[in-house]
Amino acid sequence: MKDGSFQQGFGHLVGPDQVHRDLYIDPDVYRAEQARLWTRAWVYVGHESQTPAVGDYTTTDIAGQSMIMLRSSGNEVTVLMNRCAHKGSQLVHEHAGNCGKVLRCPYHAWTYRLDGSLLSIPLKNDYEGTNLSACPSGKGLASPGAYVNYKGFVFARISQDGPDFESYFGEALATLDNMVARAPDGELSVLGSPLRNRIGCNWKLYLENVNDTVHPISTHESAASAAKHVAEALPEGGDTVLAMEQLLPFGAGYSFYSEMGARVLPHGHSILGTKFSIHTGYAPLPDYQAELEARHGKEGAQQILAFSPQNTVLYPSLAAKASPMILRVLRPLAVNETLIETWAFAPKNAPARLRQRAASYARLVFSPMSVVAHDDVHLFESQQRGLACDGNEWLSLHRGYQESELQAGASSMESGNNEWVIRNQHRGWLNLMGDAA
Amino acid sequence: MTSQQMSTDTSTLHAALSAFVYHEAMLLDTRRYDEWLSLYAEDGLYWMPLSPDQPLGDEAPSLLYEDLLLLRLRMQRYGNPRAHSLHPAVRGLRILQAPQIAQAEPGSTVHQTRTPFLYVETQGDAQRTLAATAHHTIEGEPGAFKLRMKKVVLLNADASLPAIQLLL
Repeated sequence: MKDGSFQQGFGHLVGPDQVHRDLYIDPDVYRAEQARLWTRAWVYVGHESQTPAVGDYTTTDIAGQSMIMLRSSGNEVTVLMNRCAHKGSQLVHEHAGNCGKVLRCPYHAWTYRLDGSLLSIPLKNDYEGTNLSACPSGKGLASPGAYVNYKGFVFARISQDGPDFESYFGEALATLDNMVARAPDGELSVLGSPLRNRIGCNWKLYLENVNDTVHPISTHESAASAAKHVAEALPEGGDTVLAMEQLLPFGAGYSFYSEMGARVLPHGHSILGTKFSIHTGYAPLPDYQAELEARHGKEGAQQILAFSPQNTVLYPSLAAKASPMILRVLRPLAVNETLIETWAFAPKNAPARLRQRAASYARLVFSPMSVVAHDDVHLFESQQRGLACDGNEWLSLHRGYQESELQAGASSMESGNNEWVIRNQHRGWLNLMGDAA
Repeated sequence: MTSQQMSTDTSTLHAALSAFVYHEAMLLDTRRYDEWLSLYAEDGLYWMPLSPDQPLGDEAPSLLYEDLLLLRLRMQRYGNPRAHSLHPAVRGLRILQAPQIAQAEPGSTVHQTRTPFLYVETQGDAQRTLAATAHHTIEGEPGAFKLRMKKVVLLNADASLPAIQLLL
């Protein structure tokens, strides 16, 4: 571990109402995060619908470690380290593919069953009398410390030790539950490929913005006002234009967000928009609603559809929207570089409008070509540069701060504008960075 | 019609289609966006898929999938002084291979061209280059061509990409 310079811990960087710039710009802090936080946390790997057939796999890098999510049998998804037990070659080199009935290393043809166990080695007789079977290299492919397939959403924890999945996420899982409950058949599927953004900022600046209700009015002024301008030219009483339904709410004022409510949870998780959000006003789909009522009853269906938060943070790797159904996955690449993958989802056999909603929102707001994202990305990268300036080493998170929140645990708040949802991320950070995390 | 006439008609048509594709790129290079928008058919589409074989449609994510309404929105934003990401100014340049005529028959109403190109986008001290192939679907007669669809397939559409601020 290269974090010997932090023998006193990290508490001096996270004040009750402000955080130090080193959180975002110090390469040593970043290295310590990779070794501590990203190995101890439960990190999103992928959704099982990405690997529908036996042998289907996807790869993803978490904390600089390549992992394979693999459909090992009809109803089982396995997570393995993408590292041959022999001498370390990666076993697969695509983002997604099918490996057939076995994983075979291209280098020396060691082969493994789909559960990672060793199947065969060339020149097997030459290993007789050696210690191979007693060594790590003789025991098949390594796995992360733990992984869980939660209703189709696959998460891994690299470290052997740490909190179990359910107690780590707790109430934050309600948003994933809600996504699944929105499927009349109980099953979700990813739509096509993810939008992949490479942003020149520390990952925490991106994740804070997921909970930042005050930026849209100034950051997105140009996109919101352009949307308003073109919407005015639309014929009155025409069909709802999906893009306008999604973009016009970006013009909402401060008071809209101050009334939407929020909830903070242990470990950095949060739900923003517990009462409503910019996604609440989407046009109802009566046929789809009837299907949900058939499964959950009228009241049950209404409750499912009424829960439509702005964003749920499943700290540290995931930001979820239940409607439109979208997951944003954070993958830090360097202290000043972050990969964001945006996946659109829809219930299987859903009406086309639900697929269109998720695909449209992903494109309009999270594409590398999105005019909404352009202003976000510009300002995140601007923050990353601005923080290098001496004279003030702190970022203010004072809005709505009260000392009582330090001991509060899971709490609801009236105002979505209270920066508690962001301060809570940093308390989760400190917890995962600590020796006892 | 003699075969010589037919070949003259075909080469005239091909030359007109090429000229249209070059003109379209020039209008973007020089930011003559109103004229650029007027090239589009009313039901025209600008599409950038996430892979060369992605099926046409709006039920899965694309990098960009915009009708005239959304293209107008994009242009409208360019003019807003509070379009923060456009400061300092962003400029783009397209360097085209000669357009290949994929499908064009005299008398037909829909023609297709394929044009590999490099796109360079610059802002402040940073400059980025992207490689792509443009597929133009063009309808109408020479002199009155309209763009039904411009499909741009990035060579690295599946890669993680920085913000691409202007249209390619």
